[in-house]
Amino acid sequence: MAEAGKAGGLNLAATIKDCLLAGLVALAIFGPTLGLVTIPGPGGLDLVQRWTPVAIAVALVVGGRFLLHVFWWNREPGEGAVAGARAAVTLRLVGLGRYAGPALLAFAVALPFLPFADRYILDLSILVLTYVMLGWGLNIVVGLAGLLDLGYVAFYAVGAYSYALIAQHFGWSFWVCLPLAGLFAAFFGVILGFPVLRLRGDYLAIVTLAFGEIVRVVLLNWYTFTNGPDGISGIPRPSFFGLPFDRLGDVTFHKTFGLEYSSLHRIIFLYFLILILALVTNFVTVRLRRLPVGRAWEALREDEIACRSLGLNTTNTKLTAFAMGAMFAGFAGSFFATRQGFISPESFVFMESALVLAIVVLGGMGSQIGVVIAAVVMIGGFEVFREAEQFRMLIFGLAMVSIMVWRPRGLIAVRTPSVFLKEKKVISADLVQEGHG
Amino acid sequence: MTTDAVTPPLLTVEHLTMRFGGLLAIDDLSFEAADRKITALIGPNGAGKTTVFNCITGFYKPTQGRITLHHGDTGAEFLLERMDDFRITQKAKVARTFQNIRLFGGMTVLENLLVAQHNTLMLASRFTIGGIFGIAGYKHAERESIELAKYWLEKVRLTERADDPASDLPYGGQRRLEIARAMCTMPKLLCLDEPAAGLNPRESQELNELLQYIRDQHRIGVLLIEHDMSVVMGISDHIVVLDYGQKISDGTPEEVRRDPNVIRAYLGVDEEEEIPEIEGAAP
Amino acid sequence: MEYFFQQLINGITLGSIYGLIAIGYTMVYGIIGMINFAHGDVFMVGAFIALILFIGLLSIGFTFVPLALLLVLMAAMLLTGVYGWTIERMAYRPLRGSFRLAPLITAIGMSIVLQNYIQIAQGARVKPLQPVITGGYQILEKDGFTVNISNIQIMIVVTTVVLMTVFSLIIAKTPLGRSQRACEQDRKMASLLGVNVDRTISATFVMGAALASVAGLMYVLYYGVIDFFIGFVAGVKAFTAAVLGGIGSLPGAMLGGMVIGMIETFWSAYFTIEYKDVAAFSVLALVLIFLPSGLLGRPEVEKV
Repeated sequence: MAEAGKAGGLNLAATIKDCLLAGLVALAIFGPTLGLVTIPGPGGLDLVQRWTPVAIAVALVVGGRFLLHVFWWNREPGEGAVAGARAAVTLRLVGLGRYAGPALLAFAVALPFLPFADRYILDLSILVLTYVMLGWGLNIVVGLAGLLDLGYVAFYAVGAYSYALIAQHFGWSFWVCLPLAGLFAAFFGVILGFPVLRLRGDYLAIVTLAFGEIVRVVLLNWYTFTNGPDGISGIPRPSFFGLPFDRLGDVTFHKTFGLEYSSLHRIIFLYFLILILALVTNFVTVRLRRLPVGRAWEALREDEIACRSLGLNTTNTKLTAFAMGAMFAGFAGSFFATRQGFISPESFVFMESALVLAIVVLGGMGSQIGVVIAAVVMIGGFEVFREAEQFRMLIFGLAMVSIMVWRPRGLIAVRTPSVFLKEKKVISADLVQEGHG
Repeated sequence: MTTDAVTPPLLTVEHLTMRFGGLLAIDDLSFEAADRKITALIGPNGAGKTTVFNCITGFYKPTQGRITLHHGDTGAEFLLERMDDFRITQKAKVARTFQNIRLFGGMTVLENLLVAQHNTLMLASRFTIGGIFGIAGYKHAERESIELAKYWLEKVRLTERADDPASDLPYGGQRRLEIARAMCTMPKLLCLDEPAAGLNPRESQELNELLQYIRDQHRIGVLLIEHDMSVVMGISDHIVVLDYGQKISDGTPEEVRRDPNVIRAYLGVDEEEEIPEIEGAAP
Repeated sequence: MEYFFQQLINGITLGSIYGLIAIGYTMVYGIIGMINFAHGDVFMVGAFIALILFIGLLSIGFTFVPLALLLVLMAAMLLTGVYGWTIERMAYRPLRGSFRLAPLITAIGMSIVLQNYIQIAQGARVKPLQPVITGGYQILEKDGFTVNISNIQIMIVVTTVVLMTVFSLIIAKTPLGRSQRACEQDRKMASLLGVNVDRTISATFVMGAALASVAGLMYVLYYGVIDFFIGFVAGVKAFTAAVLGGIGSLPGAMLGGMVIGMIETFWSAYFTIEYKDVAAFSVLALVLIFLPSGLLGRPEVEKV
């Protein structure tokens, strides 16, 4: 599309033609849908003409493309420098990674005690950490084992609902219900995984997507068991190992520790709870990567046939990845249930699966710190644009597209080997397979 | 080395037939591969050699026939045509390499060799549970597996590249790595699919030495598919010749070299004067 | 029995709509191996464009319905085709040939963009349309139950059959179709032989989008109401249909569409309407477990 009439120069005629063409395309796209608005009218719908936004949109497209031609596509030689710079940035990011991890952790631990950490910031941080945990869990399935799971939200939902039901019916404490819910989710993962894991990548994707939807629809309609669209409310709120966070009562958290009652106490507790859960996820993942099972996951992603030729039972490998991922989603779901006190099928739509997948891919498959950065950027960014309301989701979608086009392998596009003889050398993501399921 | 007439051979292929729809790829093939010997499977392109391999290693289920693997030391016997591909490696101890190299490109050379020892390590880590808690048994097993990896790295001269990604290796290095990786599974039968493809004469000579070393020092059987006659004639103890899915010759290199059936298959002529073509590759 | 026939007719009609959308999925997957997640929303945009153009024609006094519909059909195909083309250029082409997950994420992003764009531009309310094509034929009557086939149903099925035939001919006979089939087999080789791969792929997206817009128009006329969210549900079902029929196969997409349409219709009719989607997805899972390449798909054998 971009033509240079002379080396490094600008072919004006071709550029203008290209921009006009772009303008026509923009007109086709924005004209009918933006320019003619359907509003409710007496006999059904009426059309209102609104050509100003269309004109602006077309002008932006034409102008923007013209600027791109002038400044970007017909750059003087030296463009190689950009690629070189990009590689240098990646390597420096990796070098920083050694410090970034502990630094972020220190920041996370200190956060509730920092001056600007009010209820809003804490709630947002809890949300981000929840997605970080989900991202780390899905990372095992998609990033390490290379299995394309588009229905991760199903395990999140199973965890949340089983926690809620167990807690309500048996009244056991959080620390009992959480592992049970996680185990249940893992079990679910095995049940789902067993018949479908032999499917090739894209087929696996659609089946897991279908499964996610099945779970949601069942939750929505199985009224007797799950209360349907009304959801389950009155889920026991967390307590500090038995000490409730209530204002009143004889034995409460604040009384026991000689503090003034503050509604922030429970929030801070929840914050540290999710932080610990996420860190456990991270610890287990990092540990597992160094063990044969983790290595088998990554080998599976690289070449399944080679794995089988080495005596690996790849079905088991896939099942363990699936089950581990499901278990952590189950834990996250339990946390979600106890934090909200109320759950309903609305929280478990496909968009959640897509969001977690985007976080994993954007972070850079298999990279732990990448997931953190991606979660902060996406969830935090989403929050930052709260003012923009309607446009928020639109910008979000555009951001997803732009970031992926800019960095298809994700932000942290390198792989760190799990064992080394002499020297740990990072492997560029170009050499790493993405997995075919 | 005398072969005990009573002990069954390492690999026995009996009446192997493989049909793909209407295509008869292998037609009633029977041969034996002895333990501690190098057996070569040769033939023109399309003769069905890789198909035989895939049947032996479980990637295809044969239409008919029996493939028996016999462990000389334990006496255990395995019917390969019924086993899953990974079990053939795991239980029957048959390892293979591929015509198109299949390495774990995004993993380092060392990691490739450790994946090969997966089953041993899994047991030692008590199926991961022990591993998470860092039990001594696992740490010891991991050290040992790294030692085994180092041993083979040295044998294939890849020690310097141990921490490099496998796809960074030059072609010859990748081939050697694939063999080292297969050996890390501690096989009793090593199946190599065109190990010399793309190697220059010096590398082929090194490959010969490596395979002879494996045969003599590790005392296992080697079955290889090869087109490079310097390798085949150079190191094989026994050659089986295929053409259009049928066995047309079976014997020592000298016998096969002179067999008119073989000459005809390769060169399409009966002329005796073409014999020097094959003879010229003799060591 | 009569009830069964009525459901059969309804199922075929719904199946046709799904089939038209499914063809877009299957063609794109066949040629570049990518799940075009945004395709369902392209269908939604097509429905909106058709609705807007139709109302526009009516409002300027153009009331001759058959001609209006024809004009709307052609214009919608063209305009929605532009959408398909643009999406491919912006979100997929830059990522071609590399990582397979990246285009999936951009596709999801595009889906979000389309949904929210329409929501902002046209408002979040549902958009109704008074019945345009009315009337039908009574096929049989027994015990007080009549089996009807409405004109709109006839129109949908006929349009679908015509379009299927046209596109199958295009694939089989024209140079474009040959290029498409060549690219499906081996893209690099095709380009070495002079096939303009970029243009072929763009054409595929345009064709898929055009068919989706036809489905959109049919949807508007049949159901009489659309909103910005119909794309997701229809998209997943149509993709399910494409996979069910064997992805990469045009007749498979139509067959899959029919199967999904039937399952949905019959399940709602004989069991409960709430779980109709579950029924369709479960069938997909079951079929794939036993026939991993779908009904008409060619099993892909990886060369060892």
